[in-house]
Amino acid sequence: MAEDKKKKVTIAVMSGDMDKLMGALIIATSAAASDMDVTMFFTFWGIRAIKKNVKTGKSFMGKMIGLMEGGDISKASPSKYSFGGMGRWMFNKMMKKNNVASLAELRQMAIDMGVKLYGCGMSMEVMEIPREALIDEVVDIVGGGFFVEHASKSDFTLFI
Amino acid sequence: MTEEIKFDLELDLKGLLCPLPMVKVSQNIKNIAVGGIIKAVATDPGSLADIPSWASSTGNEVIKTEREGKDIIFYVKRVK
Repeated sequence: MAEDKKKKVTIAVMSGDMDKLMGALIIATSAAASDMDVTMFFTFWGIRAIKKNVKTGKSFMGKMIGLMEGGDISKASPSKYSFGGMGRWMFNKMMKKNNVASLAELRQMAIDMGVKLYGCGMSMEVMEIPREALIDEVVDIVGGGFFVEHASKSDFTLFI
Repeated sequence: MTEEIKFDLELDLKGLLCPLPMVKVSQNIKNIAVGGIIKAVATDPGSLADIPSWASSTGNEVIKTEREGKDIIFYVKRVK
């Protein structure tokens, strides 16, 4: 039976893989649909999921990362059978055929349902990804303390 | 012959996969009054578990579930 106080879910997303992002976003939207407060904390490779399709990086290494990790959520490749982009193409085709929402659509749905997205300041600093490179809907740039506080107040927490 | 349930809104969720059937029900239930009923027709076998779970999480009620071939028909009552 639902109580008056909303349940709370916190999800840390470290992976930038298509399949793992899909799992994270499906759980987030399912929780939001079930009247729960959902906080998603994107760190390291997961930053891709909240990035715009822009070039990043100032130093040589930063630019290298910008090149390797370039693109937005739609450029995420599956963790298996990647084949230099072939896997992504194949999975997108198969998912479309089965009417599964794309990652970008799932993320938009999550935002519309009130899921709050946060970026990890440390990863962004290390990878030379500025705030402007993230989508406008990102609520704030935060750190480990923020995650721990939210996780400790949550009914369940996931690390993906 | 089973008794027909009167509903206020019908949703065609055929072909949609997780999490869409449950998301659509959750979005549309706000458009009917408390006490109203949604008839939702889905084909995703996962929705058979998902929609009752969603109802239990949100305090709403699945009053009846029927199967007609591939179609799974839910009657969902807005309780709160």
